[in-house]
Amino acid sequence: MISSDMIMELVRLILYVVGFLAFALFNAAYLTLVERKVASWSQLRPGPIEVGTWGLLQPVADGLKLLGKQILTPEGADLILFKLAPVMVVVPGILCLVTLPFSDTIAPRNFNLGLLMIFSFGAIGVFAILLGGWASNNKYSSIAAARVVAQNIAYEIPMLLVVISLVFVSRTFNLHTIVDQQMGGFWHWNVLNLKASLMMPVAFLIYFICMLAETNRAPFDMVEAESELVAGAFTEYSGMGFGLFFVAEYLNIMVGCCVGTILFLGGWDCPFGLLPGLHWFLIKMYALCFAVIWVRWSFPRTQFYGLLNLSWKILIPFALANLVLTALMLKLFH
Amino acid sequence: MIIYFKEILNGLYTLFVGMKITMFNIFRRDVTVRYPYQSLQMTSRYRGHIDLIRDEATGKPKCVVCLACQRACPSGCIKLDGAKAEGAARKSLTSYELDFTTCSLCGLCVESCNFGALEFSKQYNLASMKKEDFKMDLLKRVLEKK
Amino acid sequence: MSIEAQSILNETFVLNLGPQHPATHGVLRVKLTMDGEYIMDADPVIGYGHRMHEKMGENRSYAKFLPNTGRMDYIAALFNGHGYVGAVERLAGITVPERAEYIRVITSELNRISSHLLWLGAFLVDLGGFTPLLYCFDDREQILDLLESVTGSRLTFCYYRFGGVSSDIDENFAAGTRTFISRLRSRMPMYDGFVTKNIIFRKRVEGIGPISAEVCRKYGATGPVIRGSGVAYDVRKSEPYSVYPKFNFDIPVYHECDSMARYKVRIEEMVQSMRIIEQALDTLPLGPVMAEKVPRTLKPAKGDCYYNVESARGSFGVRLVSDGSENAYRLKLRSPCFSNMSLFRECSAGMLLPDALALMGSLDLVIPDMDR
Repeated sequence: MISSDMIMELVRLILYVVGFLAFALFNAAYLTLVERKVASWSQLRPGPIEVGTWGLLQPVADGLKLLGKQILTPEGADLILFKLAPVMVVVPGILCLVTLPFSDTIAPRNFNLGLLMIFSFGAIGVFAILLGGWASNNKYSSIAAARVVAQNIAYEIPMLLVVISLVFVSRTFNLHTIVDQQMGGFWHWNVLNLKASLMMPVAFLIYFICMLAETNRAPFDMVEAESELVAGAFTEYSGMGFGLFFVAEYLNIMVGCCVGTILFLGGWDCPFGLLPGLHWFLIKMYALCFAVIWVRWSFPRTQFYGLLNLSWKILIPFALANLVLTALMLKLFH
Repeated sequence: MIIYFKEILNGLYTLFVGMKITMFNIFRRDVTVRYPYQSLQMTSRYRGHIDLIRDEATGKPKCVVCLACQRACPSGCIKLDGAKAEGAARKSLTSYELDFTTCSLCGLCVESCNFGALEFSKQYNLASMKKEDFKMDLLKRVLEKK
Repeated sequence: MSIEAQSILNETFVLNLGPQHPATHGVLRVKLTMDGEYIMDADPVIGYGHRMHEKMGENRSYAKFLPNTGRMDYIAALFNGHGYVGAVERLAGITVPERAEYIRVITSELNRISSHLLWLGAFLVDLGGFTPLLYCFDDREQILDLLESVTGSRLTFCYYRFGGVSSDIDENFAAGTRTFISRLRSRMPMYDGFVTKNIIFRKRVEGIGPISAEVCRKYGATGPVIRGSGVAYDVRKSEPYSVYPKFNFDIPVYHECDSMARYKVRIEEMVQSMRIIEQALDTLPLGPVMAEKVPRTLKPAKGDCYYNVESARGSFGVRLVSDGSENAYRLKLRSPCFSNMSLFRECSAGMLLPDALALMGSLDLVIPDMDR
């Protein structure tokens, strides 16, 4: 029979679904404004100031513009896959939010395999871009989409190696437990956990670089900026189809920053151990997002072979060294 | 082996230098002038379209219709006409038309005038929906000027 | 950018790098025959911006051609003016007063600095770094303000006249120029750290687009292109004109022949230009700025002369053939970008497409100069 517990659970479920969808999409939209503002300030200009004070209504205007465009399907495109790709690309971002704990009490589900789930969902996003590129029936889209896959595979490996070495230290995939082990001040955070591995800060740096490459952000964004020279993977998409790819990119950045905060920066812990809570999590997450945006506007783009060289010749050796060092230190000192 | 590590460290250092420069600039004031809420003062030699100069004594333009500016213009955008009034020593201006759509702001007309009758205006924000607004009647402009 | 034809036999296809470019090159079309990612052949199609300036030179009197000189290479417009005015003065035997020559050198070198700053920004936009463009424009604004206070224009200058310059400079200009030079000098280390030493920029540019000195000589490339390939050819030192012999400056020459060498040549040229401007301001003589007795309608004697100047892009030459009448008989303009672009076909064979575009960016092309 329908007990009060079930009704409570249903209410909680609906609240979480609506809340997280709203949070995710609101963030994705306003991250575009933050990006434009940070870009313009670093270039000594004001940025969007016309639409709403300080440009606060700019994402609304952009969204309305994208909604108002005609959605064209190119001739010869695979209709189902073409329409499916933008939908699929947003799904992993929102799904990952199910597993992420934002504070001690705010977590939709407490999975024992939370970390594993995040990386498996991440692969769906890459697949969606590949589908979108292939289904466009455009030679350049497929070439660009193939490049995305190559880039993502190359950078998935060091990221997983770093995360695995972290799992050695924390002995669990449960994200909640990982944060609990880091409570009590910044000297307990994993990024400074030199007792576990001397290369922990380097591991954080590797994770950050891999996150930039996984989300196709500059300086690794030749896929989308290839549109300067050749058509990119998203050319045939117009209106909200393109808008969804865009939203997915910012959502991925947000999820990547959340995971980085949880794994390395102590989640919702206060740097001095005083008042842990949701606010610290959000502060750290937005600081990482700011760093991602900051990096984009500071450097030119790498070349494709430079990108692959960086991954295979530099990041993977360092990640492997970190793994071996962690295992060694674990064996010797524990 | 050492070179490999040195290159990595050096490269990483240059990236941090770049990020530091961008960070400093994020906190500097922007150099943009927010036109049209703020606007700039034009320098004294700024070349807007030409204007006739009025003789303060008589209230009429100084032009004596020598047609030097019409001859000097490379684009043929000046057309002027004059007639000798009754009892006057020189010709006086009856019409002066400037076709600003073909003017290249070279300044040859201003330099060719021996009587100091032409100057550059400082108007830079001319915008209109009709082409006729740029076929300027300079005689009317100078007579209506305060 | 569309696929024009697909050849099944040898698996190459033609990619059209259309007349419209995102970067500030202009309207240039390049038909690339590509094999996958590699360029097999690059066929530039020029002429989208051809406005027949040379014919206009024949149809107008000498003075009426002056505005045209600012419209060809509009980023470094004073050099074109200097070339034309110098050719006419040589033919008509007009001597320019000293003060006017010094003013011409000062304004030309300021224009060279502003042209190189714009090139720097545009080159980095080609490579994907959008921020240095705005920093370069910040510096460039000051130069344009200075030049506007003297000439009245910011981009298409019509300042030089036969026999001198049209208006004199004053103390404010000299003080403003000195302030600007000290400010730019203090900003050069910032550009060095932000761009030149940046590892990502270096990986994009070092070793990319090698152009050997023989190829430069074959196609007549001049300017920073040939100076980045080890040949110390600069018109200001090889065929001195105006008052350049009086100044102490060096010609930057690098021997690596890659895009990094051309980049370094231009940065160093900016530094040397600042030296020239300071020396000119310190030793500026007093006097008139216009020669006396220059006739209103110039009719130079029959003759044929060539005058070339070192523009920001290379050696800009003007050949003037006069038949004694009001209009020139033949006005030939030797454009540096035209010769620089012609080596692109040979040098880009076998390169990856983004590398070829980095090479094209380092050639510093301004298409209106190429097409005239």
